Parts: sequence; structure tokens; C-alpha cells
Amino acid sequence: MATIVLKLGDDISTDVIYPGRYMATVLPSETPQFAFADMTQFNAKLKAKEIPAGSIVAAGKNFGCGSSREQAASALCGHGLTIIAEDFARIFLQNSINLGLHLVICPGFAASEGEEIELAKETVVNKSSGVSFPILQLPRARQAIIDAGGLIPYTRQRLLASTHRAP
Amino acid sequence: MGMTIVEKILARAAGRDTVKAGDVVEPRVDLAMSHENGALVINQFLEVFKDTGREPVPWDPSKIAIIFDHRVPAESPKTASNQKKIRAFVARHAITKFHDIRGDVGGICHQILPENGYVRPGFVVVGTDSHTTSHGALGAFAFGIGATEMASVWTLGIAVNVEVPETIRVNVTGRFPRFVGPKDLILHLIGVISAQGANFKVIEFYGETITRMSTSGRLVLCNMSVEAGATSGIVPADEETLRYLRDEAGVKEKLVPVTADSDAHYVRVVDIDVSSLEPQIACPHTVDNVKPVGQVAGTKVHQVVIGSCTNGRLDDLEIAAGIVRGKKVAGGTRMLVFPASGRIYQKALAEGLIADFMAAGAVVMNPGCGPCLGIHEGALGDNETALSTTNRNFKGRMGNPQSEVYLCSPAVAAASALTGEITDPRKGTGE
Ligand code: SF4
Repeated sequence: MATIVLKLGDDISTDVIYPGRYMATVLPSETPQFAFADMTQFNAKLKAKEIPAGSIVAAGKNFGCGSSREQAASALCGHGLTIIAEDFARIFLQNSINLGLHLVICPGFAASEGEEIELAKETVVNKSSGVSFPILQLPRARQAIIDAGGLIPYTRQRLLASTHRAP
Repeated sequence: MGMTIVEKILARAAGRDTVKAGDVVEPRVDLAMSHENGALVINQFLEVFKDTGREPVPWDPSKIAIIFDHRVPAESPKTASNQKKIRAFVARHAITKFHDIRGDVGGICHQILPENGYVRPGFVVVGTDSHTTSHGALGAFAFGIGATEMASVWTLGIAVNVEVPETIRVNVTGRFPRFVGPKDLILHLIGVISAQGANFKVIEFYGETITRMSTSGRLVLCNMSVEAGATSGIVPADEETLRYLRDEAGVKEKLVPVTADSDAHYVRVVDIDVSSLEPQIACPHTVDNVKPVGQVAGTKVHQVVIGSCTNGRLDDLEIAAGIVRGKKVAGGTRMLVFPASGRIYQKALAEGLIADFMAAGAVVMNPGCGPCLGIHEGALGDNETALSTTNRNFKGRMGNPQSEVYLCSPAVAAASALTGEITDPRKGTGE
């Protein structure tokens, strides 16, 4: 069981998730402080560690649209958040898979802040409303990266398996 | 079944005879572009090599391009230090397609790549910037990726596990009316298909209007295709593409355009006739909130921005200068002009455009991203409104979540700077 700590609408851009003015901060260890920086109350709760890992941010369509900035994924990852959205923008989706941010694609998902959610393999159950929603699986092309635990370990495996690169 | 342009490009780059949408391929990368976020790419690249016993050397430094543009000259010690770190990496690996902060060869990455002939028809181009879609204007397949994915490209020389995208075909016919152009066309298209309408898909542009359009205009279309969610926009390479690369970018090698088969499969076809198109405005806070200028005319504007990788090219500056020449920017309104590259800036100087802007009261800034992404300069005050030729109007985009950004063409921007409110360039001051 996990709680929805933030409910957002459609087309939430990476400017909202991680404002451009913090882009000089790049290290995944430093980006989490600026997650949703312009939503000052929510950002303050995150920074005060009042939001337990595994908590859910719920959104509508096209979450993560806009800039390719990877900080948007690493900042959310740093707080251990799970994002449930009806769908995600392409680059954000890939960045999240590459970094290991937990995304759930759930068309038609309806929930409000404070509601309790149970995440199963193929469904999301809104315990408060009693309604369950089917999950769409992440792109199969990316499964090998997920299995490897992210793109860095995956690329490292491929590098070590390759012979054409001089050691 | 025939293939679309992107299918052909990916088939070639993956060493296969054919591919179709949905296939998973690993294309060789012809060009890998980063800007200041190269600092993060370097970090992730070194992570990949950690404890492997291998030397962290990029697969092919001649295919890596790094352009400083987002925060130039550096706005903070942090940025300056990131830029310094990148310079050291560039020197160590002899990366030649590096454009530092310079008035001669510097500028915005999406202008530097075309104007130096780094992008060729049929190329697979990846960039750690969402507007890498721009380079489809030269008949390439060009798409944005994150920094970790770029570290993977630098390591392996391929883009791993790419799903071949489906393609939307957009047919454009008719002649643009006066003061209406490519920016109005792409804003209109985004309004029609929505900010998600092309998610995970490629948009191919066809029609007599596109054939007649300059490379500069095609760059506008492909640049903003990502605002409809597209993986890339592509204009089939043609005579104009070859002319641009040969005459303006100085490319001497033989170029081979990649064209779609006549029986290629498109998931959607959109037809647009531009002959009655009006100037279009994207209203706050989404790019698909598009209205004809008449519906928002009269909205007070505090800052007008002309520039960016969308509309900071010479023809854009010519249109804007033609409108403000001999006139004055309205009191209470700031007009900021930032040419997309040093080369464009110099041409604008030679043509007298910079003098026109300054005499009208505009501030002309150094080439770069400037106020576009709200990091660096040209911030907005609380409850202020900007009218900009850039490509995004998301909440907080120009650095202040308590402000609003409207997007438009250079003609609308210039006409509005003179009145201090959103103005139809076809009326009054424009003439
Ligand atoms: S001008 Fe704006 S949209 Fe273009 S590359 Fe720079 S920040 Fe991005």
C-alpha cells in the first residue's frame, strides 16, 4: 500500500518537475533538492523527508513532456517516488528507465491526493474507491535495460562483452 | 510494403535490408551532440567504465559535437566550472566539433550543426536536447536523448534498443499570406494534433509549400515537432537541402537524399492549406493552446523576445527588423533580440539589422539560448507577460512561475513590440 502524495493533470513538463534554472546542478546526488522546486510546499515536504519512499505521484497524460533534462528523472528517483500516469513523454520515459525511476503506465487512472493505492503486477487498485485499473507494460525494447538495473550497468555489460574495443 | 524515410535510415544504420515500425534496432550513430549538459554525460560516461579495466575513451571523437549555448557566457561559477570540465574532456579526446563561447563560430547547437554541415541527409543524429528534432530539416533522423543514454552512445557508438517509430504524414499546400510563415504553420499543426498527438511518432512533411520553403523555415517545423510529442520531424532532402549544405554550409562531399517509398505506411495523414492561415499564437501554459492572433490581440506585453533555435535565423531577423525599422519599441515593453549564431549576428550587422533594432530601442544580446529557458538572462517579473518567438511556454519556462509566455512568429513579435500589446502584423504598424 502506498499513498498518493501529489495529484497532477495532463502535460506536466520537465520545467515543472525540475525548473531550468537548476540545470547547472547535474549530479544525481544533488538534484533531488530541486524536485518540483516551484511547487514550494510539496518541495519543502520532500526536503524535510516527510514523504516516505514508495509514495505515489499521480498524473494524467504526457507526463514529463518538454526538455530532455535528465535531472527531472534523477530528482524524483532520489526521493524514491513512484509515478503513475496515463502515459509518459518519450524522452522522460526513457530517462526514467535508464536511471531506474519507477514508472507505472495506467490509462484511465483516477485517484485523488491522500488515497491509498495497491500496486500489483498488472493492475493498480485504488483502495479508497475500490476501482482497479490495468497497467500497460513498459516498452519491450527497454526490458533488457530494466533487467540490468539501468542503462549504466547495461552499457557496462555490453562494453565488457565487446571485443572490438581495445582494453 | 514500402518504407518511410525513418525506416530507411534506420535500416541502413542497423545494417538491415528492411525494417518496419515497431521493430527494435540498434542504429550506428553518425553524430552525437551535447551542450553544457555534456558535464553530466562525462560523469555518466566515466561511471560506465568504472572498474572495467578499460580506458574511458569515446568510440569516435570525430562524431561527437559539443556546443556551449544554454548559459553563455556563464551565469554562475557552477556553470563556468562545468564548462571548464567539458573543455578539458574535449582537449583530451581531440573532439573537433566543439564550439566554445565565441563571436565567430559560436551559437545555438541547432543552428551550429546545420550551418557547419555536420548533419547530412540519411544521418542518425542523437542529441542531449529535445529540440534535436530540428535536424530532420536536412533529411536526417534526429532525436533527443538523456545524458545517460548519450554516455551509452559515446561508449558503444550505437543507440541501444531503439523502437522504429510510426510516421505521420503532413501534406502542406498553398502560399503563405503576407506576415504568415513556417512558425504559424507549425503552431497551427500542434494546435490541431495536440501536444501529445505525435508521441513516439515521426512527422514527415510534404507538399509544394515545403518544397518551396527554405532550410531555415524547415528547421522551424522540425524544431517544434517535438512540441507535438514527435520523436522527430523530417523533411525529405531535396534540391534546397543540397543547395543549403553546399552553398551555406560548405559541404563538398556527394550527398545522397533518402526518400520514402510511394507505398510507405503512415499512421495518420494531415492536410493543411496555408493560403488562408492567420498568424498563430500559443497561449499559456501549453504549446497546443493555439489561437489566431485576433483572439488575443490587445494583451499587454512586458517583454518581447526574438531569437532561439526556432526563430533566431537571418530571415527571422530580417522580418522583425523590417517591421521595427524607423519606429520605436513601446514604453513599458522590453524588446530582446538574440541571433542564433555568431555567423548570423555578423550577417545581421552587415545588413544593418542590428542598427535597426538598437535604434528602435531593442537590446541585442550575444548568440545563445538567452531567456528561452529561464536560466540566464531576461527573467520576467511576477505577473509579467512575455511574447516570444521561442518554442515553449510551459509554466516557469522563462524562469518565473508567476509569469506568462505567449509564442508567436517574428512578425507578430516585432509588431507587438511597437504597440506593447499582442498585435496582428497585418494591421497598422506592420506596414
Ligand atoms: S534556444 Fe531554447 S529551445 Fe533552443 S536549444 Fe536553447 S534552450 Fe533549448
